[in-house]
Amino acid sequence: MSVLCLVEHDGGAVPGLSLQALTFARSVAVQGDSRLAAVVVGEPDPTVVACVTEHGATDLHIVTEPRLVDFAARAWAQALRQVMDAAGPSAVVAPGTDRGHDVLGYLAALTDLPMAAGCIRAEVGDGGVELTRIRWAGSLLEEASLSAPTALLAVAPQLVPAMPAASAAEIEVHHHTPVLEPQDLAGRAVGSVSREAGTISLSDATVVVGGGRGVGGAEEFAVLEELAELLGGTVGGSRVATSLGWRPHRDQVGQTGTRIAPELYIACGISGAIQHMAGCKSAKHLLAINTDAEAPIMRSADYAVVGDLHEVLPAVIAAIRALP
Amino acid sequence: VDVLVCVKRVPMPGATLSLTADERGIDTKFLGFTVSPHEECAVEEAVRLTTAVPGRSVVLTLGPEEAIEQLRDAISMGMQEAVLLLTDGQEWGPQATASAIASVIEAERDSGGGFDLMLFGNEAADTGDYQVPIRVAERLGVPCATGVKAISVEGDSVTATREYNGALETYRLTLPAVVSVREGINLPRYPSLPGRIKAKKAQIDRREPAATPDGLRLRRLRVPEGAGRTAEVLGTGAEAAPRVVEVLQSLGLVGR
Repeated sequence: MSVLCLVEHDGGAVPGLSLQALTFARSVAVQGDSRLAAVVVGEPDPTVVACVTEHGATDLHIVTEPRLVDFAARAWAQALRQVMDAAGPSAVVAPGTDRGHDVLGYLAALTDLPMAAGCIRAEVGDGGVELTRIRWAGSLLEEASLSAPTALLAVAPQLVPAMPAASAAEIEVHHHTPVLEPQDLAGRAVGSVSREAGTISLSDATVVVGGGRGVGGAEEFAVLEELAELLGGTVGGSRVATSLGWRPHRDQVGQTGTRIAPELYIACGISGAIQHMAGCKSAKHLLAINTDAEAPIMRSADYAVVGDLHEVLPAVIAAIRALP
Repeated sequence: VDVLVCVKRVPMPGATLSLTADERGIDTKFLGFTVSPHEECAVEEAVRLTTAVPGRSVVLTLGPEEAIEQLRDAISMGMQEAVLLLTDGQEWGPQATASAIASVIEAERDSGGGFDLMLFGNEAADTGDYQVPIRVAERLGVPCATGVKAISVEGDSVTATREYNGALETYRLTLPAVVSVREGINLPRYPSLPGRIKAKKAQIDRREPAATPDGLRLRRLRVPEGAGRTAEVLGTGAEAAPRVVEVLQSLGLVGR
């Protein structure tokens, strides 16, 4: 038997969420003594092959087709289905990304199989899988069973730490050219424009300085920007901050925004609603700065400063600048 | 342009979530109800689209009788018609939900009342299944784009844009099409007073779909263990700055 895992790649890099998916898929594969097979669309860079090998893949299925240069969820799913037909896997795993959800959703619809998103654990049994998945973006956990000949599982973002395998085997490479119908490409991306280069994305940042209602306005975020720059990090906002237009929506940390996993999250003037906490629970350390010592966020923080962020942050910035 | 929007009634959680005694649901005794922010934006988008190019706007939900509250909220924002797919109060899985929604759309289409655009939220606030819009699109044989943060309809196609890995991806789909949207696509309006009055009087089209089995079944819910953190208070106001810097140094984030 085997477990298939969809792996995204961009240039020579495999994004963190794909490595988390591979790690999860490996935990499923070892239970059934199955082979772990990575599936990539588009010819991968040698560094990508090395990376999936290091994360325990023993097979690599490379799907190439000229029309797959632009992302098309249904076409990727058709390709995955054709690999699935050849490999007969017990499970197909996808990363908890837009593309991962799209492709697995299409695979589920095309095969009429059930699918579980947000998985953090899965145990393969006879005729089905017992799994733990997140609800409310991780504020609740669900124990569920999935009965299907092949389990389709998308992994919860930032909750399954990526880990290389203890030992890496020689990887076997298989090439596929999928048969595609026009309707597979009806929903393909017709263009892609990169945003300004050099900006640190929220989901990859080592330090995130987040601001909420307590910041008070769009211009008042300047002091957060200054601290983030000093620490080599980036700025995020609560739903209040983005709904009021103080920050663009893409800066939102939370259930309907980005799930972050920095080394340190500095939450300034954020009360800590569960939808926000769902977005920052994978931060390794949390420093909360709030005027209210009883704010819910103080209960989830490692470090707390009670006070007005507009007094605390300038003092912190001055103290950092004063360091020898 | 004729637009259908699908929404889901969910509790409005407070600072914590607690479970019912059977551990199969959230204790909602003290909670209000709403729809996900993504879906609120989908409703707003439908109102804007059908105002710009006049057409029919219908809001649909699958849920218990009480979900009429969310349908009326959508009408108060400017939607014209509302459909309730009444359940027995049990939670329906994503396969069963998609099947029931697709059946209604097919029935509308067969009676000459099909939709150009079918909008969803990117994922439900509670179950986060990420698959209902795609399953509906496949059943109907129409294209689908997800996670969309900008929509424009021109002629017989819709252009949809989403953010991906720091880039903006554009999709052009021939209508009819399914699009799932993300919060941030617009800023939903507050209901007007005339809107609220209209919503109170609006007729609700009630239907009772047949339940179909779902391969994904809930066993029980649990509240995750907390991180077990007890915050170390570094100080009060600006006086805390030296301790904050010590913490930054211990984490290796500023020079030692």
